[in-house]
Formats: sequence, C-alpha cells, structure tokens
Amino acid sequence: MAGTAEAPSTNKVGLQKKDYAGSKSTLCIGCGHDLITARIIDAAFDNSIKPENLVKLSGIGCSSKTPAYFVSRSFSFNSVHGRMPSVATGTALANRNLKMIGVSGDGDTANIGMGQFVHVMRRNLNMVYIVENNGVYGLTKGQFSATADKGSKLKHGQVNHMHAIDLCALAVELGCGFVARLFAGNTKMMKQVLQSALAYKGTAFLDIISPCVTFNNHEGSTKSFPWMKSNELAMQDIGFVPAYDPHYEEMDHGDERVIKLGDGSKITIKALDKDYDPASRTGALQLLAEHHESGKVPTGVIYLAGETPRFVDHLGMVDVPLSSLKEDVLRPSKSVLDEVMDSLA
Amino acid sequence: MATAQAAEPQTRTIVNDLVLHVATANGSGSQTSNMVLLRSLFQMGIPISGKNLFPSNIQGLPTWFTIRANKDGWIARKQDADIVVCMNPDTSDEDAETARKGAILIYEETLNLADKRPDCIHYAVPFKKLIAEACPDVRLRKLVINMLYVGVCAQLFNFDMEEVRKAISTQLAGKQKAIDLNVPAVEFGYKWAAENLKKADPYRVERMDGNKGKIIIEGNAATALGLMFGGVSVVTWYPITPSSSLCEYLDEYLNKYRIQDGKRTFAVVQAEDEIAAVGMLAGAGWAGARAFTSTSGPGISLMNEIIGLAYFAEIPFVICNVARTGPSTGLPTRTMQGDLISLFYASHGDTKHIVVIPSTPKEAFEMGGEALNLAEEFQTPVFILSDLDLGMNYWMSDRFDYPTEPFRRGKVLDKEALDKLNGQWGRYRDVDGDGIAYRTYPGTDHPKAAYFTRGTGHTPDAAYSEKPEHWKSNMDRLARKFETAKTRVPKPEIHSNGHAAGLIYFGTTTEAVREALSALDHQHGLKLDLCRLRAFPFTQEVEDFLHSHERVYVVELNRDGQMRMTLNAELPRFAGKLRSVLHYDGMPLTADNVVQQVVSMEREK
Ligand SMILES: Cc1ncc(C[n+]2csc(CCOP(=O)(O)OP(=O)(O)O)c2C)c(N)n1
Ligand code: SF4
Ligand SMILES: [Mg+2]
Repeated sequence: MAGTAEAPSTNKVGLQKKDYAGSKSTLCIGCGHDLITARIIDAAFDNSIKPENLVKLSGIGCSSKTPAYFVSRSFSFNSVHGRMPSVATGTALANRNLKMIGVSGDGDTANIGMGQFVHVMRRNLNMVYIVENNGVYGLTKGQFSATADKGSKLKHGQVNHMHAIDLCALAVELGCGFVARLFAGNTKMMKQVLQSALAYKGTAFLDIISPCVTFNNHEGSTKSFPWMKSNELAMQDIGFVPAYDPHYEEMDHGDERVIKLGDGSKITIKALDKDYDPASRTGALQLLAEHHESGKVPTGVIYLAGETPRFVDHLGMVDVPLSSLKEDVLRPSKSVLDEVMDSLA
Repeated sequence: MATAQAAEPQTRTIVNDLVLHVATANGSGSQTSNMVLLRSLFQMGIPISGKNLFPSNIQGLPTWFTIRANKDGWIARKQDADIVVCMNPDTSDEDAETARKGAILIYEETLNLADKRPDCIHYAVPFKKLIAEACPDVRLRKLVINMLYVGVCAQLFNFDMEEVRKAISTQLAGKQKAIDLNVPAVEFGYKWAAENLKKADPYRVERMDGNKGKIIIEGNAATALGLMFGGVSVVTWYPITPSSSLCEYLDEYLNKYRIQDGKRTFAVVQAEDEIAAVGMLAGAGWAGARAFTSTSGPGISLMNEIIGLAYFAEIPFVICNVARTGPSTGLPTRTMQGDLISLFYASHGDTKHIVVIPSTPKEAFEMGGEALNLAEEFQTPVFILSDLDLGMNYWMSDRFDYPTEPFRRGKVLDKEALDKLNGQWGRYRDVDGDGIAYRTYPGTDHPKAAYFTRGTGHTPDAAYSEKPEHWKSNMDRLARKFETAKTRVPKPEIHSNGHAAGLIYFGTTTEAVREALSALDHQHGLKLDLCRLRAFPFTQEVEDFLHSHERVYVVELNRDGQMRMTLNAELPRFAGKLRSVLHYDGMPLTADNVVQQVVSMEREK
C-alpha cells in the first residue's frame, strides 16, 4: 500500500477490522442476515475478541451459513439442522474457555430444533445464541416456520392459522439470563446489544427479526422490512461501555440503567417508551404477551439478570479445558485398577 | 447327561455341574439372594455364570435368575435347569410345568406342586411360616424371605457356609445392619433344611480350584472401566436398557477415581435425548475431548444423522451399543445381535464405520480404551458392539491388565507444529497417503489454526465446494482411511487345524460355541476350525479364513443373518461358502442349539 495511506486502526488485541472478515456472502442481495453478519464483525472487533478464543456454531439454513461470512480466523462448525445447541454444549464441555456464537434460523430453532433449543436455554453456556428470524424457511424456498405470526401470508397467499412461537418468551421462561429482540434493520441497537451479549458470561439469546427479501418481504408478511419499519417499537436506547474505556469510571449515566457484564464492561439501558425494567421476569413475559395482541414488535433488551453460575461450573470440572488434559491425568494409576479388581474378586 | 429319576435319585452324585433357576417377582429384592448364591459358588472355586431374565417393569412382574456352575468351565446358557426354585406364586405352575423331567423343584409348601409334576424331585418348604419365625419384625420379612432359599439350597447342595457368609458381606458392601439381618435368615433356612429335608437328588458342589485370579463382573462395568483407563473425558447419555448401567458405572468410577484437587477431570451429562447425546459428542470430539456415549438400538436410530456428519466431517467419538431385541421397543430386556448392519453402515450417503466387538468383560475393558484410540487415530465415530447378555449379566473373568500402551491421540497439530509449518496446512489433505489428515483443536493459539467444519462438500483445505472432483476425491480418501483401518482394528481370534469346515462367531455366542465345538467333536465326530470376529472392517485374516475353508458356518443372534450378509457384501467371492446358524428368540444362545443346527447341515452337505 502507498505510504501515504492512514494506518488502519487496530483494537486492543492488535487486530484490524479486516482480521474479523469472513468469506464473501452468497446470500441473496438485501437479505437481512447479511446485516447481522456485518454487525457481528463490528462487535467482535470493537470488543477486541481474540478470534482464537471464539468459535462459531450453526445448524442448517441460509442463516446457519453465515458463520462462513464473519471472523474466518475463528473455528466454525456448520452442523446439522436443529442440533447446533447440542454441538455447542459438547464444545463447551471439551473447552470451557471458548466463547461461542451460535447462529440459527427460526426453522432451525423453532421447528426442527425446538427440543434442543429449550434444553440449551436451561444450561447457561458461554454463548451468544442468535436466531435470524424471518418467519420462513429461506433455504428450502419459503415455507412457513413456527415463528410466523397468526394471519401472516406467504408469497402465494397461504395464510398461517397457527399461533406463533415466541422464542424470547420461552428463553425467559427457561432461565436464560440475557434475552433481547432486535430488528436487523436497526443496526445501531443491534451492534450495542451484540457487544453486550459477547461480554456477558452466560447464554445471551438474541431473536433478530431478519427479513427474507426473496420469500417473505411482501404485503401480508409480518417479518418484512416494511412491516418492521412501521411496527418496530424500539423500547430502549442501549449503550455499551467496554471495560478498557478510559472514561469508564467517571461516566455519568443519568437515569440510565447500568448493568455490569462478566468481562467487566457495562451495558447501559435508557428506557424510551415507558420505564420498562428488564430485570423483571414476569414483566418480560407480560410485555411479550401484550404485544402479541397489539401487533407491535418491541425491540431491545427484554430480560437481563445478573450473571449466574454456568453449566460448566455446576459440573465441577477442572479449570483448564478438558481437551488439554493428558494421559498423566486421564489415566488413573495401576493401584486404582488393582483396587477395583480386588473388590470384584 | 442322563436325567436323574425321581424314584432312584441317590444312585450316583453329580458334582459341580448344575443349572439353578430361581423364579421370583421383580422388585422383591431377590437379586441379593441370587448374587449370594452365585458368589458363594464362585468363591468355592467353581466356574459360574449368572444370567438375569427380567421383565420391562419395576415391580411385580416375574423375573428369573439362572446360575450355571460347571467344573469344566462350560458357562453358556442351558435350555433346561436342574434345580428350579419357585418363589413366585404367580408363575409357580408354569415354572413347574416347564421344568425338565427329573428336575428338582424347591417351593413354598402350600403351592403343592407334587401332584402336578410327579416326575420331578420335590422339596416343599414352608417359607412363609419360617420367615415368621426367622424374622420377628413383620416389616422386614419381605426383605429377607429370599434369604431362606439361599440357606435351603446351601444345605441341600453342600455349599460352604463360610463362603456364603463372606458372599453376603461382599454383596452388601459391608453394611452391617443388613448383614446382621440376612446372615441369620440364611442360617435359619440352612438349619431347617438339615433337620427337615431328606436329600433325594444327586447334585452337590465341592470346593475346587477353577477360579484362581478371577473376578465376577458385568460387561457394562468392564466397558466403563476400560473407558476410564482409556482417558474418556466427556460422557453423555440418555437412559435406555440395557445400556444405562454402563454410564452409571462410568459416572461412579469417574467420580471416585478421576478427581484432581477436588475437581472433576471429566464431564458426565444426561442429555435430553440420543440426538443431543451424540450432538454433544460431535462438539466435544471436535474440540479435543475423548467423548463417549452408550445406547441401544433405538438410540442408534436417532443418532444416525449426526453419525453421518461426524463420519464426513471426521470427528472422533465412541458409541457403545448395548444391543437388545427387536425394532422399536421390541423385547427391551432381552438380548440380540440385531444391529450389525445398522451400525456397520450407519447413516446416509456413503458411510461405513469401525466397530469393535468384545465377547468377554476382559475384552470389553480392553476395547473400551482401544475404541477411544481408534476414534482419535482415525478421526471418526467408532462403535463398541455389546449386547444385553454381555452388558448386564454376571461373568467370570480374568483380572484386567493395566493398560501400558500410551494413548494414541492421532494427528493433531498444536501451536508449535503450526509454527514449524508456517501455518501451511489443510484440514483434509492426505499428507501421509493413509487417508488420515491432520486436525487442530478449537482454541489453538495460532492465527492459522482455525478451519471450517461442515457436512457439506469441501476441498482438501476445508473450503466449501460442490465440485464433482472435490467430492469424489474426498470420498476416495475416506475409503482409503477405511482401508488403513483394516490393518489396525482388533484381529480375529482364529483356531485352525486344517479342517474343511469353519465356524465364524462373535460377541456373546462365544461360550455356547466353545461348548458346542467340544460336543460336536466328542459326540458327533465333527471337527471345525474357529474364527471369532473382533472388529469391522474385516481384516486380512478373515479373508484368509474364508479362503482356506470349504464351508463356513456363521453363528449369530438375529433372524436374517446380518453378519453373513455383511461378509457376503464385503468379501463376495466367498459368498457360496457361508451357512447361517441363527438364534433369535431374545435368549442367549445354547450349545445344544448350535450342535443341532451344525449337525443337520453337515448331514446335508
Ligand atoms: C434433517 C433435515 N431436514 C430438512 C432439511 C432441509 N432444510 C434445510 S434448511 C431448512 C429450513 C431452514 O430454515 P431457517 O432455519 O428458518 O433458516 P433460513 O434459511 O430461513 O435462514 C430445511 C427444512 C435439512 N437440511 N435437514
Ligand atoms: S432466501 Fe431469504 S433468507 Fe435465504 S438468502 Fe435469500 S433472502 Fe436470505
Ligand atoms: Mg428462517
């Protein structure tokens, strides 16, 4: 490069934005999923995440392809349809130090993967679980998924008569400590919440309405860009203050809610509409129920509890990754075998 | 063996050769009594086996326990029992009815079986009356009534009471209160029999020296130990009979012996189903753990998609299939070798897998560790094929040898290795020509360590590809890997003396086959060479065995001859030589069954 060019900025681990890039997206032009990918790259860079400490996991679907499009320097596992949560659980068991991003679709999670979704929500892994929610199966050409709203229409006019599954409500119910609903078109909020979710040491569940421009962006869809633009109810102004921010201590947060996250950084939440308390579980469930009826889509942090012990803590495992253990630790001594043999003789 | 006649029973004695069959109700606590009988015989040095025949039920339904004690070491199941203890009033009529002519019946006096089977030898015992005397506390009677038949049998058949007492204490693991309750009950039964029963049968046991250095163990416990000493670090499971006790034993052993500074060097997780159990293995194996689950046929069916993913994405883990009978729920508490094809070729697309097949607890122990090695060495799912008979029944075994061979963790590049290579590597490149590529663990601190794992087509450098040439060359490499496996999986055990006929068998048919072979030789003048398979894929030795015999019997516990089909498919040029010896009623194989089938086919040959 020409010597005159301004040096590109580097983050706290000495990496440039381009070090967080992935391969080129092969999704349809304008797909909501690509907007999410772009903000994940921003958030990972700004949080100075070391790519070697991050792993990406996904199921199957257009959404589940996206880990190929961000942070190529991180390991990635594009697994099978609906089973990403179990693969993530196993990964966490083998290496408790890894931060995980799990990317799934509404079909991948709310249809085929519902069983694994509800169980992983109970576990509290160190993972940001993102559902890129477009109300349809993009990859198999536009069938309804279980998050499609009652009364919404497919491209060729079929109407969904069944109740939608609200993944956020389920996540709250099942004990997930960080639950947000976002709109891929609201990139500012998305980035702040992604940064906070990455800093949170536990499962953060993000249900991101991410329109499918090819199969679900028409009149009658409640997951389209136009619908969301007029029906999103952005509840909060969200900020993220990384622990390394020079003004971290003296910052005046006014009437914002400030919650400290596992890695020392802070999420700030300023209520816009009415004073909604994201620390209340019953409040969260009430909010979601109310808006099923109103048709509006509240976005922001729906629920944020303090951090609680994780799955690996409950299992009482050693502090180092199990994958790093060698034969000297993994194979008990001969006297142990002798003891067992004697007890069976 | 001639049957003892009720009329002239004492003309001879039969020493250390009996089959004792106890009928009780499930959940009545008879397991302890039966184990005491089994252990006492074992401690007296007599070779034994103990088989549970239990219903899929927690309480109330009939259950049977069969002990075979045999001085010559024949411990396979036998069709007919010599002694039948009828403790279950609901089944006593049937139990008596199905007893062989001349069998000994021991039963509650009021059942009055003497009229029903005048051709049997009868010992009527007033168990209900006796328990009232032996155990004043009404609430405890139910717990100890079964100890009375232990005492009665011990007296009638000449058990060494010292060994019986020792067996109780071992069985009750030193719980003094329970011991103090049970020992007197056994002694009471013994004393009553001595004073009231007149010996009218020829059976007796005597101390011998057949069990030096032996242990008694269930196969599931043996596999669990093998896995622990093989360094298993992530265990996931979903309960299913007959595999549950494997992970329960493993959990118990790991918690006892694999704690470091108060922390666990392992994780045991009960998954929400078998799909999740195997999904967790995929994540854990991928991320560098030695990962394991156990299940049975229905679980294998659920796991199929992820098994295929792991085969294709080349992720190591081990699954033990403790097989049971039938599709669906089938006979969940009976045994079968019915999942051969569904394991060998599990999943969709082109898949085939390494499967190790233990036939004894000692081998289950050794193969537990070896399976972990093979999985990591070949970066692929590896199966241990066990069955209910091996897994849940009690086997006499040689003591296990401490494994001294270092773990084989396979081709893994760490940070230093990547530095040396200047980060130049490709996840699916066949650098060594054996079909096995190099891998890295997630978390490896090197900018070039990461790769993208997927079930979709990929290039040697792990990039997405739908190109026909990439697809085909990758599948060919996987086939090459499988060829390499043929040289490293456990070899068959072969006994060849140049006979024209051969017999192939595997797993838990071993004891019956051993006994049958002796009978075929001594009673029918038929001599056969033997080949016990210990793994899939078949090694060169299997091919040579087929090549060098005119006709080969394949003994297996399923209807369709799945092993024979597999041999036909993998080694088609020998197809005309194979003949099936089949058994598929859910019960373990008997030697007589093998003898009959082989004799009749040899006549027709
Ligand atoms: C076991 C299995 N069944 C079906 C499919 C086909 N399939 C691929 S993606 C998909 C739906 C994906 O929908 P969603 O998760 O909403 O992702 P999107 O494409 O909308 O982002 C289906 C049904 C599959 N890959 N595997
Ligand atoms: S089909 Fe829909 S979800 Fe899939 S890439 Fe295209 S726009 Fe995105
Ligand atoms: Mg979708």
